[in-house]
Amino acid sequence: MDLFEYQARDMFAAHGVPVLGGRVATTPEEAQAAAEALGGGTVVVKAQVKTGGRGKAGGVKLAHSPAEAADRARDILGMDIKGHTVHRVLIAEAATIAEEYYFSILLDRTNRTYLAMASREGGVEIEQLAVERPEALARIPVDALTGIDEAKAREIVDAAGFADDVRDGVVDVVQKLWTVFTAEDATLVEVNPLVKSEEGRIIALDGKVTIDENAEFRHPGHADLVDVEATDPLERKAKETGLNYVKLDGEVGIIGNGAGLVMSTLDVVAYAGEQHGGVKPANFLDIGGGASAQVMANGLDVILGDPQVKSVFVNVFGGITACDEVAKGIVSALGILGDEASKPLVVRLDGNNVEEGRRILAEAAHPLVTVVDTMDGAAAKAAELAATGKA
Amino acid sequence: MAIFLTESSKVIVQGLTGSEGRKHSQRMLTSGTQIVGGVNPSKAGQSVDFTGPDGSPVAVPVFGSVREAVEATGADVSVIFVPAKFTKAAVIEAVDAEVPLVVVITEGVPVHDSAEFFAYAQSKGTSRLIGPNCPGLISPGKSNAGIIPADITPPGRIGLVSKSGTLTYQMMYELSDIGFSSAVGIGGDPVIGTTHIDALEAFQADPETDVIVLIGEIGGDAEERAAAYIRENVTKPVVGYVAGFTAPEGKTMGHAGAIVSGSAGTAQAKKEALEAAGVKVGKTPSETARLAREIVQSL
Repeated sequence: MDLFEYQARDMFAAHGVPVLGGRVATTPEEAQAAAEALGGGTVVVKAQVKTGGRGKAGGVKLAHSPAEAADRARDILGMDIKGHTVHRVLIAEAATIAEEYYFSILLDRTNRTYLAMASREGGVEIEQLAVERPEALARIPVDALTGIDEAKAREIVDAAGFADDVRDGVVDVVQKLWTVFTAEDATLVEVNPLVKSEEGRIIALDGKVTIDENAEFRHPGHADLVDVEATDPLERKAKETGLNYVKLDGEVGIIGNGAGLVMSTLDVVAYAGEQHGGVKPANFLDIGGGASAQVMANGLDVILGDPQVKSVFVNVFGGITACDEVAKGIVSALGILGDEASKPLVVRLDGNNVEEGRRILAEAAHPLVTVVDTMDGAAAKAAELAATGKA
Repeated sequence: MAIFLTESSKVIVQGLTGSEGRKHSQRMLTSGTQIVGGVNPSKAGQSVDFTGPDGSPVAVPVFGSVREAVEATGADVSVIFVPAKFTKAAVIEAVDAEVPLVVVITEGVPVHDSAEFFAYAQSKGTSRLIGPNCPGLISPGKSNAGIIPADITPPGRIGLVSKSGTLTYQMMYELSDIGFSSAVGIGGDPVIGTTHIDALEAFQADPETDVIVLIGEIGGDAEERAAAYIRENVTKPVVGYVAGFTAPEGKTMGHAGAIVSGSAGTAQAKKEALEAAGVKVGKTPSETARLAREIVQSL
């Protein structure tokens, strides 16, 4: 999960990383009050969106008084920045910047360890810097067992060529950012820019943090960081019943078991859709192993709640799950949903106890259900039905 | 031969006494796997009753630690079913006991824990890890370490390596007329112990494997690196499949590692890299199975 800048700022502050004063606001009035609480002087009003390029989009403005902060907040709140609506602004103390740097720690999948990156040239697009002037960006692998102690922090800072007057300050901040990375189970901690103020202080002026949702069990507070209003309502509903659902933009609802098979199902449906008016998969939904009738009902309920869905493709390979259980699940799910189940269902079952599963579906003979033997054939049928439903 | 797991493999289960561990230990036993012990410090000295492949009762002893289990039984494989919050400690215990093959089935393991136990295993150099968040591996007719159903396919001459469990089962099912030497589910997490490349290397060296099927999915660059490895080191025919062409950027598709970020990790890039290395890549699982069958029949 990616955090907002203000959430990252709070997290930095909690671990002793030097940041400027800041408060989040959702209305111009709150923005004015925040500016007053920060001393009434010059502040920066910053759009809180989980995407880059907000400065260029006009989402970051200087305000010289609390009243002006309210005006700027009024301008920025509700803006659309690359498809993200601004619901909050961060009111932050204005810094007097002497120099800008870059620093990050991230999970390096390729090398199965962590990577620290540092540059004396911050405030720019780091991807661009990495391509155009790779020598300006120090990349230092970090051992997951030994981490970043003071010596490692010095190695990173020296590799990036920081000047003598800031070296100790940056070494200290790097160690504190490592604490954020480990203590919060982050997969990315990025500060861009890390600045030297005119008074010579090292300050994290903007922060980007991604946290690992698998580690939620040891961070009960992380649940509060979820941006509930930006979450798709169907995704929220699915999450409440423990389903792994991602809303997409097509017409064929998908239910399957196992992440890989479901991803594959989306592809096969998209290919089939090319022959049927360009219909596409409407969602990703993995009901996992051991799908009970209730899980199947919950899944169908979420998918049928999507008004774009015109047909549903249930694609299950019975490995550990037995196909007869899945078939019973489908039949009783349709019973539970009653009249709410109104879209045609194409079912493909294979594997463990498949004959019994197909027999159960044949016997139930539900008017909405069509059983097709192969994955490709079933995808074609589901796409055809969706195209018909759409017309 | 097969890879990593053979008929002489002796398997212990960390988490044997839990419901998942018990259920899958029975399945492993039924398929002929030698399950020689379990580990649970609070139930040491007890045993758990199972039914052997011939229907006779089997009492599997429970030990207080992996080291005790290994010393008493000569186990060389450990399969881990403990909950995510205890997984790091369980893996480190197995590595400390120098178990040669450690299969981590548990899903939802924090990636900091995986990075740490992977680094620890590397530093010791005595254990191969598979997983976490994987179905394990099977050498049909010989042994089964994990949760892959043993009755899908008989032994044969195809080797399979995959990030995904159910796609592994689907492919085994489609090619069950030919059969498999070994099928290895390496898992879809961002940090995993055994990679596509490790399995390719082992299949290339395995005299019982003629054709290799490689299944990948979006996220990371493991498939691209596997492609580069194939070009330089693999002379056996390889057939590939990549899932997730329709996955949008920035959305995690079930597996923690299955995410397209920017232009990195797309299915198209992986397919192109594999094809450039001479790998035939199927558009769907069925087409992939057909390509593999054609190659086997032409040998």
